[in-house]
Amino acid sequence: MAYGAAAAHGEHDHHPTGWKRWVYSTNHKDIGTMYIWLSFVAAIIGGAMSWYIRLELAHPGIQYIDDFQFYNVLVTAHGFLMVFFVVMPAMIGGFGNWFVPLMIGAPDMAFPRMNNISFWLLAAALVLLVLSTVVGDGPGTGWTVYPPLSNANYQPGPSVDFGILALHVAGASSILGAVNFIVTIFNMRAPGMTMHRMPLFVWAILVTAFLLLLAVPVLAGALTMLLTDRNFGTTFFAPDGGGDPVLWQHLFWFFGHPEVYIIIIPAFGIISQVISTFSKRPVFGYLGMAYAMVSIGVVGFIVWAHHMYTVGLDADARAYFTAATLIIAVPTGIKIFSWLATMWGGSIEFETPMLCAIGFIWLFVIGGVTGVLLANAGIDFAMHDTYYVVAHFHYVMAIAAIFAMFAGWYYWIGKMSGRQYPDLLSKVQFWVFFIGVNVLFFPQHFLGLAGMPRRIPDYPDAYWGWNYVSSIGALITAVGTFMFFYIVWYTYRSGKPVTADNPWGEGATTLEWVVPSPAPFHTHEELPVIGSGGRPTTQAAPAE
Amino acid sequence: MLEKLKILVPFIALGVMASPIAASAEEGLAKPWQMNLQDAASPVMDKIHDFHSLLMVVMVGIVLFVLAILGYVCFRFSAKRNPVPSKTSHNTLLEVVWTAVPIVILIIIAIPGMRLLYFHDRAQDYEMTLKVTGHQWYWTYNYPDQGDFEFDSIPVPEGDLEPGQPRLLTVDNRVVLPVDTNIQVLITADDVIHNWAVPALGMKIDATPGRINERWVRIDKEGMYYGMCSELCGVYHSFMPIQVEAVSKEAFAKWVEQAQEEFAQNDGSSVNLVEAEQKSR
Ligand SMILES: [Cu+2]
Repeated sequence: MAYGAAAAHGEHDHHPTGWKRWVYSTNHKDIGTMYIWLSFVAAIIGGAMSWYIRLELAHPGIQYIDDFQFYNVLVTAHGFLMVFFVVMPAMIGGFGNWFVPLMIGAPDMAFPRMNNISFWLLAAALVLLVLSTVVGDGPGTGWTVYPPLSNANYQPGPSVDFGILALHVAGASSILGAVNFIVTIFNMRAPGMTMHRMPLFVWAILVTAFLLLLAVPVLAGALTMLLTDRNFGTTFFAPDGGGDPVLWQHLFWFFGHPEVYIIIIPAFGIISQVISTFSKRPVFGYLGMAYAMVSIGVVGFIVWAHHMYTVGLDADARAYFTAATLIIAVPTGIKIFSWLATMWGGSIEFETPMLCAIGFIWLFVIGGVTGVLLANAGIDFAMHDTYYVVAHFHYVMAIAAIFAMFAGWYYWIGKMSGRQYPDLLSKVQFWVFFIGVNVLFFPQHFLGLAGMPRRIPDYPDAYWGWNYVSSIGALITAVGTFMFFYIVWYTYRSGKPVTADNPWGEGATTLEWVVPSPAPFHTHEELPVIGSGGRPTTQAAPAE
Repeated sequence: MLEKLKILVPFIALGVMASPIAASAEEGLAKPWQMNLQDAASPVMDKIHDFHSLLMVVMVGIVLFVLAILGYVCFRFSAKRNPVPSKTSHNTLLEVVWTAVPIVILIIIAIPGMRLLYFHDRAQDYEMTLKVTGHQWYWTYNYPDQGDFEFDSIPVPEGDLEPGQPRLLTVDNRVVLPVDTNIQVLITADDVIHNWAVPALGMKIDATPGRINERWVRIDKEGMYYGMCSELCGVYHSFMPIQVEAVSKEAFAKWVEQAQEEFAQNDGSSVNLVEAEQKSR
């Protein structure tokens, strides 16, 4: 490769062109960009499904979806898409790939080819998942895939098998990605970039990578058992063969609970960077913040059965899982208060990423306090499987994560594309989306308290009022979503060029802001040397 | 802090409780625009109401506290008002406080929470037993202490409803239970996982094939209590309601006499199922 010569001329953009640049890509930035686009595609499909669901639920009775298997398929696919193909790719694959190497001063990820296969496995998984909904009757199991409902007797045809294989392939992608991040972060930090100087986003991705590495294989094992139950006559989860449906739930949630932290911890990282930047202060209580994420990750592995308070666990077991779950409120509290303390005494610029971060705090706190309620086995069973739970996890995990993604995209798009988003429109988009999701999800608390079960296409007439309000919220959210995609399109097409390395000013202290905008194809070819406070003592050198 | 938060109670009560004014015969189902739990008709649900009220104070308190700080910070420390940011990056005392105070709040929550957990787990002295079996997509009820009769409880389709019968909640044969009686409920399923839930009675427990789950209920007031299957169980998941009619002990005894005759042919229907299957081969 003519790499050296090109570099000598200050030419950083030497790279393959056309389709080869993307399909064969081993570049962390290009792969990150592809992850983000994949997430956009999945978000449009998954979002369309949720709007169709809300359309059906706007009024009691059956209006649009008279095939209830199809309704269940929508519920299932919406969950899978949003968890595995929207939030995870955008935050871990997208922003993680883009900014972990930049932030630690590494030229690229440790295993660039493995990075490529991680992405393409995920793309293949997305195809498999979409296929699963169109072959046969689709998987009508919910994203939790509980047997016996997911067994071959009750979901005949290849749909659930396609779904299982989609998760298997997505899981392989996640494991490879996790290994890549762990090795990169442990081995490729620039001189002076000690663990305790790493930006919190890097800490977040490191914790997330460990969660993936430990949790996804358990899901893979459970999925394989389900696959053989369905196809080869084993009875791991079938009571008539000595198996146990509850075993699946234990295995699934041993993965599933860490999975929610896999989704929200990268969001913590993004929010920490954004709040620090726009408050023009270092994050308050940095060490506490880093180890709060570590402890959330650790404790997250021993609380799984709080998803199973109605399966008939022994009272002592439920008491343990209640206590363990409540403990998680402590490190999450530390995070909230540290963000507030970072803003306290700061000099806050209300740029769009900051608005999204403030929106995140609001959503996360509401979802967090209802989580404290649900942690109590003594009262959880009144809310279990009702819309209260739907409201809780959409607040704390889904919508909070979406706001972290908005924050990240607005924060970094200048660095990624070299163009800035339209300021006013992006602020309008924030407000529309923020109002939309609150109108959408807040009334669902009332529905849940009043006893409306989740995953139903029709409901008793008394639940009409709040369902209608909720569907109006979905409409507003849809408008906000389309505005966002318009902003994406507008930014790439005619956004204002970003000329400064650092458009955000003194608050933006991490290393991605010392390389040019847009970030050249190769960065940190000469390793920066990091001094105290995580700032480089020498600039990451654009050659001569 | 909690003391101060108690000031909020009336507001929460105003804002959150949609209190029905005059309910003559107890109707255990949601009302239009309802914002809170269904009215309690059992000791367990009573305690859930109490615990929920405590939690509401804590939850609303925390949310308002954070919102107040957030609002103040955004106002006071905007770039216009505070052009020079502080450079302090930690404060050990503050960090200890915001770790310790949540722990105290959690303990305040956990104690009544644990009491409630053990309270609704099991009762000591059962006066009768009800067996519940979930199927795709109806329930079967069995009364082992009243002559072991058994019947299916099939949802009434929308077209066949009589005036006043709520849609999606009405069944042909409802479960009849006596009030003021400690009833053991044994729950299972014979195909996929269902969940037997009656919100007003504080009842929700999985019906899992291959397992028998146990709960107890004591109904305080005569009336009709409704619920829906609460675990995704397939195509007609939203169409397998639960309808419990709570009557006086005397009325229950009368009903049992009738039911024993009416459902005599169904006695031991699991055996009948096997026979039916053999015949069909
Ligand atoms: Cu069911």
